[in-house]
Amino acid sequence: MDIPYTVQPRPDTGLYNAKVGVWLFLASEVMLFGALFSAYILLRVGSAEALWPHGWLNIPIGTVNTLVLITSSITTVMAWASCKMNQFGRFKFFHACTILLALTFVCIKSYEYHDKFTHYEITLTDGRIADGHLVSQEADRVVIHGRFVTDRKELFDLRAAGASHAREEISLERAQIKTMENYGPWHHTYLAIYFTLTGLHALHVLGGALVIGFLWGPGSKLWRRDPERFTNRVEISGLFWHFVDLVWIFLFPVLYLL
Amino acid sequence: MHTATPTASPSSAHPHSHSSHDEEALGFWRSYIFSTDHKVIGVQYGLTSLSFLLFGFFLMVIMRWQIAHPNQPVPVVGPLLERVLGSVASRGAISSDLYNSFGAMHGTIMVFLAIVPLAFGAFGNYLVPLQIGAPDMAFPRINMASYQFYVVGGLIMFVSFFIPGGAAQAGWTSYPPLSVIIQTDGQVFWLVGMIFLITSSLLGAVNFIATVIQLRAPGMTWMRLPFFVWAQFVTGFLLLLAFPPLEAAGVMQLMDKVAHTSFFLPTGLAVEGVAGHVSGGGSPLLWQHLFWFLAHPEVYVLILPAMGIVAEIIANNTRKPLWGYRSLVYAALSIGFLSFIVWAHHMYMTGMGTKISTFFQTTTMLISIPSVIILTCLLVSLWGGSIRFNTPMLFVMAFLPMFGLGGLTGLPLGLSYADLHLHDTYYVIAHFHYIVAPGTIFAIFAGLYYWYPKVTGRMMNEFWGKVHFWGSFIFMNLIFQPMFAQGMAGMLRRMADGGANYSQARTPEAIGGLAPVILSLHTYILWAAVGLGLVQVPFIINFFWSIRHGRSAGSDNPWQSTTLEWQTPTPPPHGNFAHPPTVFRGPYEYSAPGHATDFTPQNQPN
Repeated sequence: MDIPYTVQPRPDTGLYNAKVGVWLFLASEVMLFGALFSAYILLRVGSAEALWPHGWLNIPIGTVNTLVLITSSITTVMAWASCKMNQFGRFKFFHACTILLALTFVCIKSYEYHDKFTHYEITLTDGRIADGHLVSQEADRVVIHGRFVTDRKELFDLRAAGASHAREEISLERAQIKTMENYGPWHHTYLAIYFTLTGLHALHVLGGALVIGFLWGPGSKLWRRDPERFTNRVEISGLFWHFVDLVWIFLFPVLYLL
Repeated sequence: MHTATPTASPSSAHPHSHSSHDEEALGFWRSYIFSTDHKVIGVQYGLTSLSFLLFGFFLMVIMRWQIAHPNQPVPVVGPLLERVLGSVASRGAISSDLYNSFGAMHGTIMVFLAIVPLAFGAFGNYLVPLQIGAPDMAFPRINMASYQFYVVGGLIMFVSFFIPGGAAQAGWTSYPPLSVIIQTDGQVFWLVGMIFLITSSLLGAVNFIATVIQLRAPGMTWMRLPFFVWAQFVTGFLLLLAFPPLEAAGVMQLMDKVAHTSFFLPTGLAVEGVAGHVSGGGSPLLWQHLFWFLAHPEVYVLILPAMGIVAEIIANNTRKPLWGYRSLVYAALSIGFLSFIVWAHHMYMTGMGTKISTFFQTTTMLISIPSVIILTCLLVSLWGGSIRFNTPMLFVMAFLPMFGLGGLTGLPLGLSYADLHLHDTYYVIAHFHYIVAPGTIFAIFAGLYYWYPKVTGRMMNEFWGKVHFWGSFIFMNLIFQPMFAQGMAGMLRRMADGGANYSQARTPEAIGGLAPVILSLHTYILWAAVGLGLVQVPFIINFFWSIRHGRSAGSDNPWQSTTLEWQTPTPPPHGNFAHPPTVFRGPYEYSAPGHATDFTPQNQPN
């Protein structure tokens, strides 16, 4: 006896099995990202307002990434619609766009991560703090492109006034340096939750891109054998992709704008 | 399990079992190791989880020795422990660190590697497709993947005992900062293992729910489902929605350990006087909220499948329908919903205000209502029944008062005021062990004896089954009953010296020191634990011996049951049913007037 309703929907639910499965999976993903968003809320509420960062992320870049993902959701729907309309060539075109947009998103994200990992906060022995991006480092000196501050709190709110801070090339002897730490997840709980949320999201983007890539490439052989089953697979992966986009729609305001 | 002898009188309307032919076509590896058949996967889950159950039991017995005889070499296994584990078991005695890791792993193994995989993975996988008239689970390959993730997670947990520094030591609850600041890697293994186990459960949950929604046979309406299926269905939702927050928390704690983030480390944390090189700004309470958001629904994951098993066996062995089927279903659904809003009753002592503690106290009291409804329905189902006292029924009958006792002792814990005294004492340990040990585990034993003839075609030995039952029943009560007294006297959990440090003997002038009579109970508990272990031996022998030498079941339906899993050949072939069965009636049509037999299977037309 074969498993029923793998392609044809069950009459009383109106769904085929994989559609039920993916919606259930998405429910669990809502709980997963929900837990991380709840962690963000608890950590932010527990922090002094002056010590919670603002403006540490580049809003124009984040906006571009948001538009990239929204566009990729549109091309995903178009790809599925092309399958439904029996237009395999257009399906190939639209999902090629989806994959390219996904890779673009990940590239831009990597550039943002790189920016954080090369951004250092250096406490000097004389009490000043130097903060900026690494230009070069040798055994005896470190050169950054940044600025000096006297109070650490000045580093936290970079909105408005922050953009106009003058930045210069600063050369420091190692002997002057007390501590030196880059803006990784260890540097502040804001960065910890930022890297965790966006890292997990990026893994989902990559996973989704891999699945869509498989369906675009080797998996597309199924189109010849069983086009309806193949279209369903495109639909399922599309649902997952929309979810990944939706998570970013929440991530962007919470992390970049608030 | 496909080595069963053919039945003497197979049910008429079914084809011969083709299972051995299928296995030859597929080969050994695809048939028994990498199978996508839900029955094979159910047996795999069953054997693996029973092994972990035994291993978790051994950890406990060694801990009970240490509690009763602090710092004395463990008899029999002491030298082996020293050889395998090194200095933490020097002289064959259990050091405090080793005790703590045994304690943390006993809890983790019993909950995540033994009970849930048995109740949900083994029984659920084997029986749900059969009971709803489906050929398999909705997603057989995902089913296989869920078992494989479970094995990998279990191996990681098991291996962690043997790495330098040993296994995780901060309790099954892994509270930070302690869990993060312990320098060894056991906690990292625990966290990675948990991620695998959670993934396994999530895959399984998606499968179960989709299967019940989509693959019910024609005529199998929702209200004709056996209560076992409803219980597994609700359990699936609990796992699906409650586990991801713990997965998120596990990732965050892993980052705290390896990436030196401070999700759970507060500002100003100092270890042994030395400030850490961490950013601070984190919250230990955040972990507790995320952990208990899972771990409370988790306890309903532990009990709901057991209630399902108990319901099936009661209906069958009273030869009458369950009383209050609709109430049972709505109660199970209510438990599922309410279980998500009670979690902070595990956190009454964290300094929460009275408004919040009152909210959680209220929801906690509310959730006892559907639990009592279920127990009442099961109890009333016995009234007027023609009761057959076979081994499964004995375990199930004992489940009722034992679960009742365990559940009632939860009420003082749920009331925030009383919990001030009882939190983190042995009273808590007694409460939840009463529910899980003579509760869930008895239901599991009952299920094993009951469904054994469907899987193997043979009955387990009835005499040794009764020995197993009476021994387990008596010894479990002897182990856990004294712990209520110990807890009320103030004995705290997780004390490697058994409370000696807080005894009246050590510090006579202190107020509320533990009395000698309270501490003397340790010896009786130890002997009861040893007894409980001994009485499992005939069960283990019976379980394996009966595969080949047990009395033949005599038919595909030796218990004369109404539900669909008994209306198949023994063991059921791949695809379970030749054609989709049609369901004409509810699940418990026993002793219906006007029928020649006292049971009418669900797929029988008239």
